[in-house]
Amino acid sequence: MRKILLVATMSAVLAGCQATPEAEKPAGVEDRRPGAVTTPTTPSTSPGTQPVRPSTMSGNPLKDPSSVLSKRSIYFDFDRDDIKPEFVPLVEAHGKYLRENRGAKMLIQGNADERGSREYNLGLGQRRSDAIKKRLMLLGATEVQIESVSLGEEKPMCADHNEDCWYKNRRGDMLYGGEY
Amino acid sequence: MYPLLNPLPLPRAFRAALVAFAVVWGEAHAQLSIEITGGGANQIPIVIVPFAGEAALQPNLSDVVEADLARSGLFRTLYAGPQSPPVNEATKVDLATWRARTADALVVGGVYPAQGGRYEVRFRLYDVPKQVSLGGVAYTITPAQARATAHRIADFVYEKLTGDRGVFSTRIAYVVKAGPRYQLQIADADGANPQVAITSNESIISPTWSPDGTRLAYVSFEAKKPVVYVHSLATGQRRAVASFRGSNSAPAWSPDGNRLAVALSREGGTQLFLLNADGTGLRRLSSSPSIDTEPQFSPDGKWIYFTSDRGGSPQIYRVSTEGGAVERVTFAGDYNVTPRLSPDGQSLVFVTRSSGRFQVASMDLATRQTQVLTDGARDESPSFAPNGKMILYASDAGGRGVLAATSSDGRVKQRLSVPAADVREPAWGPFPPN
Repeated sequence: MRKILLVATMSAVLAGCQATPEAEKPAGVEDRRPGAVTTPTTPSTSPGTQPVRPSTMSGNPLKDPSSVLSKRSIYFDFDRDDIKPEFVPLVEAHGKYLRENRGAKMLIQGNADERGSREYNLGLGQRRSDAIKKRLMLLGATEVQIESVSLGEEKPMCADHNEDCWYKNRRGDMLYGGEY
Repeated sequence: MYPLLNPLPLPRAFRAALVAFAVVWGEAHAQLSIEITGGGANQIPIVIVPFAGEAALQPNLSDVVEADLARSGLFRTLYAGPQSPPVNEATKVDLATWRARTADALVVGGVYPAQGGRYEVRFRLYDVPKQVSLGGVAYTITPAQARATAHRIADFVYEKLTGDRGVFSTRIAYVVKAGPRYQLQIADADGANPQVAITSNESIISPTWSPDGTRLAYVSFEAKKPVVYVHSLATGQRRAVASFRGSNSAPAWSPDGNRLAVALSREGGTQLFLLNADGTGLRRLSSSPSIDTEPQFSPDGKWIYFTSDRGGSPQIYRVSTEGGAVERVTFAGDYNVTPRLSPDGQSLVFVTRSSGRFQVASMDLATRQTQVLTDGARDESPSFAPNGKMILYASDAGGRGVLAATSSDGRVKQRLSVPAADVREPAWGPFPPN
C-alpha cells in the first residue's frame, strides 16, 4: 500500500525544489565508488513547481497526499548512506516542517538489504538514519525532535532476492509520533 | 550387587531446571528435524543393546543414545536387535561374539522400578577389542527424565571413546519465523523438547546464552527499534538492559557472566560499549567514525573481538577489554564478519564473503591459517558447541531459513529444519551444571 502511494506521489512536486524530481525506480547497478550515484533511466513526468501547502481538507500537510510531506521514505545505493539528489527535496521539506513545528517528534528507521550479517546490517541502517537526521538538523530541526534508529534487514519492504528488491529495502523511513 | 555402579541421582539444579521449563513455557508446535549430510573419516562401530526393561520409560533410552552418537558423525551404530535371554549391565557378555560382528564398543543396560514411582537406570560400556569394561553409571530418575538421562549416557560414551566431553545434554536457542510471528525457542541439542521463551510480532535476533546457562540476552524490535534484553529462563522474567536512545544490539557475555558488551548508537554511529548484566555501569569501549559491532569476549576475558569497517570494508579486529590499541585480525577478502572464538580460545570462526556467497570460515589464531567450513550461499550466525567440536549456523535451503551444523574440521554436516517455517539465529548453550 505504502509502495503504491510512493510511486503515485513520487513525481508530484515539491516546494522550493531546485532539483528536478525523478520518478522512483529501483537502482539498476551497484556502485561502491566514492561519489558514484545511480543514474535513473526513467525521466520525470512532471516539473517541480507546485508549492507545499496545508490541505484545505485535512489541515494536516503530513497526511495530504498532494503534499511532499506525506511521503516518508528515501532510498539508498548499495553500501552507501549519502542522500541521493532526487530525495533532497523530500528531506528538506521535512526539515522545514520540523523547524516550524517544534512540538513534532520524528523516529527515523534506517534499513538495509538482506545480504550479510544481521548485526552489521543494523550498523548500515543506523548510518543511513544518522545521515537523514544530520541533514534534518542542518535544516533547523533539533536533537530532541529526532531519534535515529536502525531496523537493519529485519523489516524488508520487498521479500525477493534480487537487486530491485534490495533497493527498496535500503531505505530510510521518517515517521512522526503516532505513525509507528 | 553392582559394585562398580554407584547410584547417582541427577543433580538438583538439573532437576529444578526441568520442572521450571514445564511450568513457565509453552510447548512449541514444530520440532527441529535433523538430517546428517556427512560423516567423520574414522567412525567407531558401536552397538547399543536395547536396555532390559526399557519399555517402562518413554522414549526408549537405547534409541536416544544411538541417535545421539550417530548424529555426532563419529560413530557407526550397528543393529543389535532384541536379545534372548535379555542382556543388561550385570550380564557377563560374550565380547568375542560382538567382536565377530565388528563392534569396537558395546553398551548394555537396564531400567528397574524404584520407590516412589522412580526408576533406576544402569548401564555399562565395553571396549570390545580389549575385552574390558570402560565403566558405567546408575541414575535414579523420574519417568520425565528419561530423555535427559539417555543424553547423559551418550555423553559418557562419547567422552570415554573420543576423549572429548559430549554435548548431548546441552540446549540450543534459535528464532523461528512463521508468517508474521517470531518465536525465540529453546530445544535440546537434538532438536527435541522445543519450548517457546518469547513470541513477538517483531523480529528477534542475536540470542546468546549466559555462561551458566540460566539467562539469554537477545535483541528484540518490539519497541520499533532494537533493544537488548536479558531473559531469565527459570522464571521467564526479562529486563531491558540496553534501551538507550538510538539502536541497542549485539549483546555478548563476559566469561564470568557479570558483564555484557553491546553495540549502541546513543552517541552517534554504531559503537562498542560495556555494561553490567543488570544494565548499570555503562562504559564506552570503541571510539571511531566506523561501524563497530558484533563484540565477542575471548574465553580468557582479556580481548574483545569485533567487526568494524574502519579499513573500508568490514573486517574482524580485536581490542583489550581495558581499551587501548586495536589490532586487525582478518585480511583476506573484503567482507569478514561475526567473530566467534572457540571455547579453548585457539581458533576463530567467522562469516566470509567470496564471489557473492557468504560462508563460515575458521582461522587458527596462532598460524592465521584459514579454512572455509561450509558450502552454502547465505551461511551466517556461527555458534560453537561448548566442546568446540561442532559449529551451529544459519543457512538457507530453497529460500527457507534452516539451521546447519558442521564439525570444526568441516567433515561432518547436519541440517536442522522446522517444517513450513524459517529458522535462524542459532546459539548453542553451555554445558549443563554437574
